[in-house]
Amino acid sequence: MTGAADGLQVAVEELLVVHPPATTDRLDFLRARFDAGLAWVHFPEGLGGRGLDASLQPAVDAAFRAAGAPDNRPQGNVIGLGMAAPTLLHFATEEQKKTWMRPLWTGEEVWCQLFSEPGAGSDLAAVGASARRDGDDWVVNGQKVWTSLAHDARWALLLVRTDPSLPKHKGLSYFVCDMNSPGVDVRPLRQMTGEAEFNEVYLDDVRVPDVNRLGEVGAGWKVTQATLMNERVAIGGAVAPRESGPIRPLVGAWRASAAHQDPNSYDAMMDLWVDAEALRLTGVRLGQQLEVGAPGPEGSGLKLAFADLAQETASLMLDLLGPEALRYDDWSLRRPDFTDVLDREPGYWYLRNRANSIEGGTSEIMRNIISERVLGLPSEVRAERDTPWKDLPK
Amino acid sequence: MTVVPTLLYSDVEDDLRASVRDLLTDHSPLSEVLKRTDEPLSTESKVWSRLTHELGLAGLAVPEDLGGAGASWSEVAVVLEELGRAVADGPFFTSAVEATALALALGADELVSALARGEKIAAVAVPHTQALDAGSMSVRFDGSRVTGTIELVAGALEADVLLVPVGDSVLLVETAGVSCAEAISFDMTRRVADLVFDQVEGSVLASGLAASEALTRANEISAALLASEQLGIAERCLEMTVEHVQDRRQFGRTIGSYQAVKHRLADQWTAITQARAVARYAAACAASDSADLAVAAALAQTVCSKVAQRAAEESVQLHGGIGFTWEHPAHLYLKRARADALALGTPSHHRSQLGTLVDLPRPATASN
Repeated sequence: MTGAADGLQVAVEELLVVHPPATTDRLDFLRARFDAGLAWVHFPEGLGGRGLDASLQPAVDAAFRAAGAPDNRPQGNVIGLGMAAPTLLHFATEEQKKTWMRPLWTGEEVWCQLFSEPGAGSDLAAVGASARRDGDDWVVNGQKVWTSLAHDARWALLLVRTDPSLPKHKGLSYFVCDMNSPGVDVRPLRQMTGEAEFNEVYLDDVRVPDVNRLGEVGAGWKVTQATLMNERVAIGGAVAPRESGPIRPLVGAWRASAAHQDPNSYDAMMDLWVDAEALRLTGVRLGQQLEVGAPGPEGSGLKLAFADLAQETASLMLDLLGPEALRYDDWSLRRPDFTDVLDREPGYWYLRNRANSIEGGTSEIMRNIISERVLGLPSEVRAERDTPWKDLPK
Repeated sequence: MTVVPTLLYSDVEDDLRASVRDLLTDHSPLSEVLKRTDEPLSTESKVWSRLTHELGLAGLAVPEDLGGAGASWSEVAVVLEELGRAVADGPFFTSAVEATALALALGADELVSALARGEKIAAVAVPHTQALDAGSMSVRFDGSRVTGTIELVAGALEADVLLVPVGDSVLLVETAGVSCAEAISFDMTRRVADLVFDQVEGSVLASGLAASEALTRANEISAALLASEQLGIAERCLEMTVEHVQDRRQFGRTIGSYQAVKHRLADQWTAITQARAVARYAAACAASDSADLAVAAALAQTVCSKVAQRAAEESVQLHGGIGFTWEHPAHLYLKRARADALALGTPSHHRSQLGTLVDLPRPATASN
């Protein structure tokens, strides 16, 4: 392990000498970093990595950061980095991996995920968008929703129904769809904050080549589960400091002004401080389990508890602010800028955090998962599981 | 505190857990614990004797040159998890944790050795609901003899010697000369007694700063470790409840198949994962003498007191009628969990302490 870490340190230094960040074009630098196998060290050689342990990555990132090197702006391509890349690694051909991975990692090509539909939210396997085989292509029709980054994306992970006569989990297939294809129509979906973080995507006779299929025809659910397994978990290495995350602005406001120190809110604030620190340590412990290769099921509980914490801190913040809480900064329909989002007013956060218990698995679904998969309690009654999709009530 | 020590269990701790669990399963089943709550306290506890003499646990955190096992408070915390799971009676927490931590911090080597070897049992003569360093008002010391009353002390009935904070000193007093009146205890698995000192001989172990610092350190270690007992209680309550709802049928299906029940248990499980993280952090801070121990202990008490109490309350609720009977052990856990939440200060007390420690002191209440 130490040998590998030393080797990485040498490689980082060499790259910095050959491509000094101060005088190298940003994209050229990122491409060189990828080609040197220093993008994500746990990926295979030739695909931006060195087949090493993922726990060695934070030190590499830190070394580049310390040298003033540009990063790949991961917040602008979260689906690509967090979900598309591991799925492609597993299911794409070698040639496709070569084509897709580098621009994905550098951020030249953003990825999105065409999964949810108006009629398929928690029950994702109910998707109704269809794909019909036509020669070497598939012809796709349907409507997808809650697609973040679709307006920036070049590629999409697409889940569609290829056989409606089979039960819902069995008739699905999984494709990579070129978002520049004719028939792809991306429309902003305005949310209660005023902005449009997400999109609706209409697919009208979109042709997707069969070579872009990941997994067998009818095996789309299996590939989807592999993608969703990769919903990002904070893995070891960098430990968030105490009072980071949603508690930070709250205690910051409290300390900043005696006017915010309402004695009636003190107990509630301290309860949230305690929750935040307990969750931080729970996350640290989960990271430590992952580092020793023994991932626990704590992730589902963490997601659930984090949603509660984020919602309650944002709400208490409005109490502390008093009358100022009635101001809002901007209702205009705009695309969020992930670099300045922390500057938004508390009213924005109160509203945005309402989604925390809905997006990426509702808190109710999380509780089902915990009670069924961790505690071993009986599954919900699922009478529809074996019915052909076309016969399900819609 | 950006650097966090490991919060996982070591192989040694896993082995230790297995030994303690086997011993308690064989020699302290819940039926026996329940039976003993209806009986006079036995000072000849076979379970205590096995824990100390067979497994050598009384001196687990005591250095080897003082007759201990040379492990750390982190291993002791694992023992407490198991004792909590079994809601075991006996003076382990009061003697092997509270009194031993204090004796170690005072540098009272002779006493430490006697405790570590299981030759003596000790207790800190402070009301069980009070922090060990809260200061005592109710007894006085004239230089050789102690007089006064200390109420509701845990572990005193089993103890051979008492560590008595008086004024700015900590005294060593033989229990034989003290009148120990057993109270009818809310938690009969950890009984409390009212102590009356009438001109009882005592010797000074330490005074001044040495005494007050030792009391504070012992208090922090005790609070940090009590969290592990609470974690064990919570885990066992959840397990018992999950077993019950998978077995109990109403309206033609197991009650564990109802989402209203499943979701409550999922919330319990989520809370327990957090309790485990903070309890392990507190134990690690105690083991490493971390500068963050005071914060870790106050945090652990705030979280684990509530989680254990809630788990025990939910266990009673989800067991339904059987959970309200004397025959079923749910009440043993409820009583211990509730008493533990009071021990060394309430969760609100610990939360206020925490606020002071992390630069979020309670604001003065507005005078208008």
